[in-house]
Amino acid sequence: MKKKQMWFHFLLGFICIFLVLAAPAYTQDAKKDLSSSQGWVQGIEVPVPGYKTWVEGLQPPEAKKEQKKSGIDAMVERIMTPINNVLYNGVFYSVPFFGAKLKLIIAWLIIGALFCTFYFRFINLSGFAQAIRLVRGDYSNPDSDEAGEVSHFQALATALSGTVGVGNIGAIPILIMIGGPGALFWMMVAGFIGMSSKFCECTLGVMYRNNNPDGTVSGGPMYAMVKGFAEIGRPKLGRFLSYFFAISIVIGCLGAGNMFQSNQAVMQFVNITGGADSYFASRGWIFGIGMAVIVGLVILGGIKGIAKVTEKLVPFMALFYLSGALVVLAANASRIPAAVTSIFANAFTPEGISGGFIGIMIIGFQRAVFSNEAGIGTAAIAHSAVKTDEPITEGLVSLLEPFIDTIVICTITGLVILTTVYGDPSVKHLTGVSLTSEAMSRTIPWVPIPLAVAVLLFAFSTIVSWSYYGLKGWTFLFGESSLSANTYKAIYCFFIIVGCSIPLTSVMDFSDAMVFLMTIPNILCIYFLAPIVRKELDSYWARIKSGEIKNYRKLMKKGKTS
Amino acid sequence: MGNFIMVGIDDSDPSKRAAQFAAELARSLDAKLLVVYVIQWTPFTFNTPEENESRHKRREEEVEAARSKILTPILDDLLKAGTKVEGFVRHGRPAKLLNYIVAEKEISQIVIGRTGAGGLKNIMFGSVASKMVQTSSVPITVVP
Repeated sequence: MKKKQMWFHFLLGFICIFLVLAAPAYTQDAKKDLSSSQGWVQGIEVPVPGYKTWVEGLQPPEAKKEQKKSGIDAMVERIMTPINNVLYNGVFYSVPFFGAKLKLIIAWLIIGALFCTFYFRFINLSGFAQAIRLVRGDYSNPDSDEAGEVSHFQALATALSGTVGVGNIGAIPILIMIGGPGALFWMMVAGFIGMSSKFCECTLGVMYRNNNPDGTVSGGPMYAMVKGFAEIGRPKLGRFLSYFFAISIVIGCLGAGNMFQSNQAVMQFVNITGGADSYFASRGWIFGIGMAVIVGLVILGGIKGIAKVTEKLVPFMALFYLSGALVVLAANASRIPAAVTSIFANAFTPEGISGGFIGIMIIGFQRAVFSNEAGIGTAAIAHSAVKTDEPITEGLVSLLEPFIDTIVICTITGLVILTTVYGDPSVKHLTGVSLTSEAMSRTIPWVPIPLAVAVLLFAFSTIVSWSYYGLKGWTFLFGESSLSANTYKAIYCFFIIVGCSIPLTSVMDFSDAMVFLMTIPNILCIYFLAPIVRKELDSYWARIKSGEIKNYRKLMKKGKTS
Repeated sequence: MGNFIMVGIDDSDPSKRAAQFAAELARSLDAKLLVVYVIQWTPFTFNTPEENESRHKRREEEVEAARSKILTPILDDLLKAGTKVEGFVRHGRPAKLLNYIVAEKEISQIVIGRTGAGGLKNIMFGSVASKMVQTSSVPITVVP
């Protein structure tokens, strides 16, 4: 086991050094790497967004152009561009790989996920049924102090509301647009192996969380890094990684979790209020202030009512979206076999895409990572609120997230696009959420407005969830006092307004880079502490087998019959 | 076997009468009485991260409040009257949980008050007593 680890450390170190050293030399390289692979596969001309637009998910190119006139924007661009060039191109440094451009950071995540999949003996398959039993509450003793604490279901639902977002609806059409149907296949593959890395990071989050003196809990990768690394005799490295992680999560949350989401929300709002003619088209800041006030009331003012309402609405919105999508699929059932065939066929023999199947593999992988956050470490923060004596159970439950998010929801969106508007020249001006909206409205004409409401709610709940993740990073750095917490929350609200009023090109590049920077310490943490998790896992399976851990559902059934 | 009686209580008057009745029953049968207070709770809700984070703390508070305001006064009363009694507070769905405890602790009979605390709650969830009457595996007495 030790030899294997050494090998990994060597590889890691090598990649890290490369990331840092080679950054400045490749300034514009990373951004262009997808610009040549574009268009509906069937040869329809679409205004293909550049690489960044694709990453952001939904931003139509026209909106960007329009907003570029403002003065604030120019200033922000001026300040951000040099910083961004170094950081963005460092983090997203890519190497040629069989004729395609492979971003090392994506490779880093995929290697991490593959490592977890093999190291935990395909936990994504072997733990799946157990995860469902745990969520159902089969292993929770109803007659114990455990009842009344945060349940597995509640932790899963909370973590999911942070991951299921606008991207699940709006980024998939863009994925298909750039990578063709085959990209969906690779997205699913990445979701599948992502289940294993999620398992490991969430187990670690629960294992090493802090029980605060006031009875609350704080957890996440940064606590695992401090405590876990101390346990294996490398406290200094652990502390360094934890600060690295905490700083990147604070900044990453402001961008990917906040400005990106609020920007998407305002664009959807502009769309339903009349598009470019809308009063709000050039006045996003009005919407931003409104949104900031509502979020502020929730996270600063402690008005839990709003958050509770959205937390309860979001699952229903997700259900609404899924059932709508299933209705659309049922109406187009005759086209499903062809769509499914195209997903598999194009995965290995893509038509007209540069870089061949490696190219779309990378595109699909990247989409999955953005969507389900496996390997980034955020979900571990949400899961560590569960009070359990078995951290493994929380890890098992968390492996359902990439499954639900990527393999179920994203794939359904993909099928909706493929069975309806795919290859139709009349929709070439549409992209992102508006394309999904158009696709669904062909079967259900009234869908756009409720869909827009759903998108707004998804954005809102993601903003609230990520405020919590960022806050945990912040309090880790600056202490748990309410003054420090409120400072962060105020900054967070301010950035919502910023996100709504400026185009996001360079700011987003920056925050994307920060989010992906989080994966460096997080996956390192997984490599170092994986043996501890595996020991726990083995002991857990052994105790399940021996009956030491009781299945209360079975017990109850037996009780009734006897 | 047969020497355990359980009474499920909340903060209503019928459940206080149920506790008294169960205590008399226990004394006459020389049985031990188990007083259980169930706080309505289900594992299947949607929470914010902050709610989850402070859940443990709030759970302690809920248990403490139920114990000091409702359970302890009743237990003290019954102890004074010479009943062999113990009690605890649990979270869960009352009918299901009480049935589970019956099976687990081999309880021979149940006593329960007819109407629970909240009128509206009963309409929404159905009375715990009527559910228990239909699902209990041991004899059950419903006290009006």
